[in-house]
Amino acid sequence: MFFYIVRRLVSVVVMLLIISMTTFLVFFASPIDPASLTCAKNCTPAVIEGNRKLLGFDKPIPVQYANFIKGLFVDRDFPDDPQQKITAPQTVFTCEAPCLGYSQRQAKSVTEIVKEGLPVTASIALGAFVLWITSGILLGIIAALKRGTWIDRSLVGVSLIGYSLPSFFIGQVLLIFVAVTWQLWPIPNFVPPTEGVLPWLQSIFLPSLTLALIFAASYVRLTRAYMLETMSEDYIRTARAKGLKESTVVRRHGLRAALTPIVTAAGLDLGGLLGGAIISEQVFSFRGLGWTSIQAIQNTDLPVIVAIVVVASFFIVIANLVVDVLYGVIDPRVRMS
Amino acid sequence: MTIAPGQPESTSTDIAVALDVQAVDGAVAIQGRSPWQIVRRRLRRDRVTMVALVTSIFFILLAATSPLLAALGIISPDLTHPELVQGLGSMPEGALGGVSPQHWLGVEPGTGRDLLARIITGMTTSLTVALLATIFSVIVGTVIGIVSGFAGGRVDWLLSRFMDLVLSFPSTLMLLSLQAVLVDRIASIMQQPSSAPPPKIAFMVIVLGFFGFPFFARIVRGQVLSLREREFVEAARSLGAKRGRLYFKELLPHLWAPLLVYTTLVLPANISAEAALGFLGVGLNPPTASLGAILNDAVSYARPDPAYFFFPGLTVFVLVLSFNLLGDGLRDALDPKSGR
Repeated sequence: MFFYIVRRLVSVVVMLLIISMTTFLVFFASPIDPASLTCAKNCTPAVIEGNRKLLGFDKPIPVQYANFIKGLFVDRDFPDDPQQKITAPQTVFTCEAPCLGYSQRQAKSVTEIVKEGLPVTASIALGAFVLWITSGILLGIIAALKRGTWIDRSLVGVSLIGYSLPSFFIGQVLLIFVAVTWQLWPIPNFVPPTEGVLPWLQSIFLPSLTLALIFAASYVRLTRAYMLETMSEDYIRTARAKGLKESTVVRRHGLRAALTPIVTAAGLDLGGLLGGAIISEQVFSFRGLGWTSIQAIQNTDLPVIVAIVVVASFFIVIANLVVDVLYGVIDPRVRMS
Repeated sequence: MTIAPGQPESTSTDIAVALDVQAVDGAVAIQGRSPWQIVRRRLRRDRVTMVALVTSIFFILLAATSPLLAALGIISPDLTHPELVQGLGSMPEGALGGVSPQHWLGVEPGTGRDLLARIITGMTTSLTVALLATIFSVIVGTVIGIVSGFAGGRVDWLLSRFMDLVLSFPSTLMLLSLQAVLVDRIASIMQQPSSAPPPKIAFMVIVLGFFGFPFFARIVRGQVLSLREREFVEAARSLGAKRGRLYFKELLPHLWAPLLVYTTLVLPANISAEAALGFLGVGLNPPTASLGAILNDAVSYARPDPAYFFFPGLTVFVLVLSFNLLGDGLRDALDPKSGR
């Protein structure tokens, strides 16, 4: 088990290095001069050259990448010029480790920008996760147990409708009708959990619901399918034959086995979400990572874009790892190999 | 009837023919059915899927003929009706964004163009983007899946890790952010200004298609892994078939069923991706007509004129729903294990 985790950790680090390298190459080594993207309208050759030096685009790509990785562990200076740091220290920006880069557009370290957005995104993602897991699994079990009845058919039908609803549509409808027109729920405005759990929950409810609806729909279908599969296993018949109560059979024998693949899928989906619940954040103007990335794209703020892509991939890769390890823990049939 | 090793249906069709001969003899009439007949029969019995099939075909036909409809004057997407938007802020007059017998879905705020006509024209662009992206994914995914599954060993390992890598990227985020560096590049290759729609359409097709290919590749690889052990492959190989023949003449005909099912499921995902990009303001922009572009414009009117947002949004939903239902129905019908 220990060696398995160590080996997986090594492969995760390798994967992250390859991802960050690819991202770096795609954004900074493209034929378009990254320095020319740093200023939109007030671009003069002098400004471009200044930004090139400031952001380190004047160095070869491998050096830039090495600096980026180094910056994760030690402080970095922008521009990286020891001479200038002595003569004019106020013009040099020191980005503290872990440094993900420097956004000259916002005159801020990218780490700081990511740190501002992450709690918002994490709140929405976690809220959505709780909503979709509870409702999806519960309704999925009901549909499976009532297989073939009108309850099953309507649940499957509703879930397919929910699955097909574009999330921007759900979000906008929730915002305009539920919050603005009918005033059933206050217009969401992010409150950090440190300022009270209830206001926090209230503020993230609608954005989380927007995300949760789509996932809930697919989890109803997923749970239903796995539940149907396990409930037809021989050991379920054995459990019934030895006189266990039906509720015990479902909970202890059926659900336990059916949950394993669902946990896997849920972990991966949550990992993907942490990279930015883009649409939900945009609809409700929550300043999370998704909103930040759209902002960065509109300003072609490359250091921020690269950092968010790397952070998002980081969560996906970590979620993969956690799920793989958990899978072995939950399901004794899976051998570590 | 010659039995080509590459034809998946050949054996069962032979049985069907044999059974028909028996029936002529006058004994018990047993009707043999080829798998394709079974699928069609199952589909015909599945009312929901038939409705979805008809709706999907209707949408595709509508999208395909919209330039013709516009040329014939049946729809006029570019005709402005300033007299209908005289209210405060040029909002359409009348209920639901100016719904009237002439304008079934109302008119656009500002210009007063007919919304239904805009949506139909927009569907052409949106479906083209989604369809091309799906075809891109299918082709790349099939080739990589076949090669990976058939070659095995190091090639398989390398291609599988490559797929892992692609899947580790946040695809929506990449779709958004790659625009900054790719659209200009594509525009210079196509020798068009980067603000023109074609480079952006090409960009969306390539990136949507690229991040979609691992889904097809994984399914194809899984199928090929089991198919390559079958006798017909061995037979073809011992007859000296070259790799290209093995891949495309022997294996490919066995893969159409899963490919068809996943195509009908990935296509709607791409339709909503295009619409979502428009909604986020980073997809196709007005004046290009696409569902995303209409939504992009509609977001800014979402509070004063919700109908203008509602109708195109609903169109995306109905489009996506009918393709999803069709894909689901096809999966059930093509699944030999489903007992219906």
